[in-house]
Amino acid sequence: MLEKINKIKKLSYKIRKTILDISYNSGEPSHIGGALSMAEILAVIYSNFNIKVSKPLDRFILSKGHGFLTLLSILYCKKFIKNKKEIFQFQKNGSEFIAHPIMNKSIGIETSNGSLGQGLSFGVGLAISYKKKKNNNSIIVVVGDGECYEGSVWEAAITATENNLNNLFIVVDCNGHQNDGAINKMMNFEEMKKKWLGFGWNVNSCDGHNISALIKAFKKNSKTKPTAIIAKTIKGKGVNFMENNNDWHHGRLTKNLYLESIKSINKN
Amino acid sequence: MNFNSTDAKQWLRMGPRAMFGQFMINIAKKNKKLIVLSADLGRSSGLARFKIEFPKQYISVGISEQNLIGVAAGLANEGFKVFVTSFAPFLSMRASEQIRMNLGYMKHKVNVVALGSGLSMGFLGNSHFGLEDIAIMRTIPNLNVTCPADCSELGKILDDYAFNDRGPSYIRLTGIPGSKNLYDKNYAYKFGKNITITKGKDILILSHGSVLGQVKLSVEALKKMNISAGLVNVVSLKPIDESIITLFKKYKKIVTIEEHTSVGGLGSIMTEKILKNGIKSRLFSISLPDKFGPTGTYDYLLKYHGLDSENITKKIIKLVKKK
Repeated sequence: MLEKINKIKKLSYKIRKTILDISYNSGEPSHIGGALSMAEILAVIYSNFNIKVSKPLDRFILSKGHGFLTLLSILYCKKFIKNKKEIFQFQKNGSEFIAHPIMNKSIGIETSNGSLGQGLSFGVGLAISYKKKKNNNSIIVVVGDGECYEGSVWEAAITATENNLNNLFIVVDCNGHQNDGAINKMMNFEEMKKKWLGFGWNVNSCDGHNISALIKAFKKNSKTKPTAIIAKTIKGKGVNFMENNNDWHHGRLTKNLYLESIKSINKN
Repeated sequence: MNFNSTDAKQWLRMGPRAMFGQFMINIAKKNKKLIVLSADLGRSSGLARFKIEFPKQYISVGISEQNLIGVAAGLANEGFKVFVTSFAPFLSMRASEQIRMNLGYMKHKVNVVALGSGLSMGFLGNSHFGLEDIAIMRTIPNLNVTCPADCSELGKILDDYAFNDRGPSYIRLTGIPGSKNLYDKNYAYKFGKNITITKGKDILILSHGSVLGQVKLSVEALKKMNISAGLVNVVSLKPIDESIITLFKKYKKIVTIEEHTSVGGLGSIMTEKILKNGIKSRLFSISLPDKFGPTGTYDYLLKYHGLDSENITKKIIKLVKKK
């Protein structure tokens, strides 16, 4: 177990490093803060579940589209995308790798996204399909806490419980911030747990940067209900000057800032 | 799907919504991959029997149209043949962006069946009318927009979508039980193609949806007055059958008739075609105004807006005489 945790820790570091590399290389502002808060979440999902390009088994949907830097990084770290040159096309003119995912099943991008609040319904559709096909694999959807203001998230939350989708997981990346700043206290980590419980989900909450806690949260699933993992995270996690600083929701890395950010993740 | 005149008469009494449910039953018998979803309008979609006969192929998501589209896209992604139903504005407007993302951008093959479009919701009022849906839906890339004229055409369209790969589609149901049929005997339907109903030389009439039943009566009345009108059913509003351009050249006057606002429907589509192709013919449009109107029975509303056969006849006589 310890060995597994260490491996995922290393992967999380590699994801953060790749996020910063890609972002700096693009020369353009990009969604760094909300990408860094998801590093451990995606590292655990891609290590714990059987996600493959060739044969769809477990499936991952990034509903929080602006977290694409993390998805792109893990697809590279897990060799879905083999060439570094390809990920360095991020936010270059005409590239398919932009601020939000563009569906490309050949490299494991399941959906096009960017308009928030839509991924869970799609995940519900996949989970119902799996039930109909008697496929025992799982569907995992990641949403942001700010995204949960979208009413369609809760529409999908109801359909998921009505259909007893115990093969469906949602991870709420509670980094406590949205575009315009800190999230309202009625939508904070504690409230988020209550809301998903109220909607009838099996709810596990944890520190979203603690790998063993995340693994446990996925293990404590239910036989009848979909599972919501409410993960408390830090926006900009790992880079000191970005942590809880919403200027980095969408920011540009200069050379100096890039070098400083790499130093910072090496220390943390 | 073939039909005879007895079917046509019987289906007319049932109306498009009840017949939608019936046609889905026929398709489900042949296609185990069919799944029908509704946002709490199963009964209004004539699906009560379908639910009983094919419980595993029916999903109700409750009153959540945005969610309806996302769930349907997920199912379509896994190879199911998916049809969803709700009222026209709730699909084309409330779930418009979900349709844009899932059906347009990602090309998930969902068939969106918009019930009670046009004025057919009668006393339920403007909140339920489908006045603008063609205008909105036709701007979304990769989405077909199809408007059946009567129940037999609806059956043919549903069959075509169920057993072929046409991509994502919006199917617009107008008319009520008893609305005049366009077809009383079997005919050939081909995806994306116009259907010529009558040939004529004085004016070309283009129309879609259940109002075609009224237009057909007008054309018959005009014939008795020695006015010869050509009538074409533009059943596919997207893609448009480009052969219409050749037909334009044979007429000095063209008129579009539709149960849709003057903004963005068939009238607008044909205006674009005429301008782009340098057609010299004059184009007129008979449609609903760009405003919210009164409510009442369907027949009352058609008359109020001059979309009943008598009013259409009068308007066409005027257009033909116009210098």
